[in-house]
Amino acid sequence: MNDQKSLKQTALLDFHKSANARIVPFAGYEMPVNYEMGIIKEHLHTREKAGLFDVSHMGQISVRGNNAAQLLESLIPVDIQSLGVGRQKYGMFLNEQGGILDDLMIINHGDEIILVVNAGCKEEDFDYLHGRLADRLSVEKMEDKALLALQGPLASSVAQSLTNTDLSNMKFMDVREISFNGIPCLVSRSGYTGEDGFEISVSNDQSVELAETLIDKPEVELIGLGARDSLRLEAGLCLYGHDINEDTTPIEANLNWAISPSRRTNGERVGNFPGADIILSQMPKNVSRLLVGLLPQGRAPMREGVEIVDNDHNVIGQITSGGFSPSLGCPISMGYVDIEYAKKGNELHGIVRNKHLPITVSNSVFVPHRYYR
Amino acid sequence: MSIKYTEDHEWAKLENGEVTVGITDFAQEQLGEIVFVELPEVGQQITVGEEAAVVESVKAAGEVKCPVGGTVTAINEILADSPEKVNDDPMDTGWFYKLTINEGENLDSLLDEGEYKKFVESQE
Repeated sequence: MNDQKSLKQTALLDFHKSANARIVPFAGYEMPVNYEMGIIKEHLHTREKAGLFDVSHMGQISVRGNNAAQLLESLIPVDIQSLGVGRQKYGMFLNEQGGILDDLMIINHGDEIILVVNAGCKEEDFDYLHGRLADRLSVEKMEDKALLALQGPLASSVAQSLTNTDLSNMKFMDVREISFNGIPCLVSRSGYTGEDGFEISVSNDQSVELAETLIDKPEVELIGLGARDSLRLEAGLCLYGHDINEDTTPIEANLNWAISPSRRTNGERVGNFPGADIILSQMPKNVSRLLVGLLPQGRAPMREGVEIVDNDHNVIGQITSGGFSPSLGCPISMGYVDIEYAKKGNELHGIVRNKHLPITVSNSVFVPHRYYR
Repeated sequence: MSIKYTEDHEWAKLENGEVTVGITDFAQEQLGEIVFVELPEVGQQITVGEEAAVVESVKAAGEVKCPVGGTVTAINEILADSPEKVNDDPMDTGWFYKLTINEGENLDSLLDEGEYKKFVESQE
């Protein structure tokens, strides 16, 4: 357990331990993979009621200064200039080949733009931003902030019971400053489960108090990273470093929707982001492979790395995420297949322990989203 | 009748010349919620140490090695539809398969209950 010493901790680690979490190293942090309920029950609880997640390992970066939106557009293929105050958008950093360096959320917080990035990429992201923008903008790590996610169909009623701010007119991807039981928070109506819910940035100092306030509500249970992964997989949401990485473009990853119309060919501010030539030439679907949903026909889970073959046993793809779906009670996967095999309903095979097992191309959203729009 | 154990956390119970094989409570606890079990076929010849079964939890896949060589005589059909039986009752109704031992082989070199308990403690 020597490596535990070099692992970082979120402000909530002791809180997790006192809730009997199983703690594992994840992205350089000691994080809860599950609590006493276990992954399947935690997953189902989030789909039925409300789950509370500590995602403080993720990076929160504040960018300030004149023309911050315009300058960030030189790195991100998203219309940030017309992102309204109190709104959030999904985007990504790209390399010159159009590969994804990280995916992130972009928040217009009035006099600053906040970027929420993946834990495993946050140091590189900060260096990348700092190296390109620090001569013109202030770029700061928000290391005094924790990040909690409250997710599930009862998340809004739980949140509403702790604030006078009317949440009924706060829609998916809206961002508000909200005080929960007197604790100031910056809250976005978003998440990584496919459910309605909130992502809550709160000072480290008050994060445990907020978490305790939330789990005091009978509808709320603590949920670990294990269920976070199965929830996002059911919702068809990409996991950086697995479904998307430096070698996959947003178009291959079926993320065309994230490239804002104004940044596309014939848009007002076409291109001018890293890899723009490659990405725009791939739109709408001019790619050799595509990220798709894959539904194993048997009960054996098909996980990351499983090769997909056609009827002649030629390898035509690979699974990038896969596991058991607690909501559906069967295995689900996603992965890349050659474009000619990407049509829904195509019957292929995955090689598991040298056996060719049937798998069908499907919608990548296995459990419909229930965002509050 | 006595139950023997391996350092890979399988158990083997000899009864009327037939050995029943499963995984221990420690193993199921480590694996977490089990969602799939792949078993050998009846009639299959298995050698000692061979990965004769696979168990998959929500977190990961693990191989179950055969504690002794022999011929499979029965598999626990319940596990196909109810793999969670392995979590609920690993030492009894969550058994994996039965086999008749090859001539000249036995369970003597495996750990007894006390030795296995000590081994598990050393792992924790």
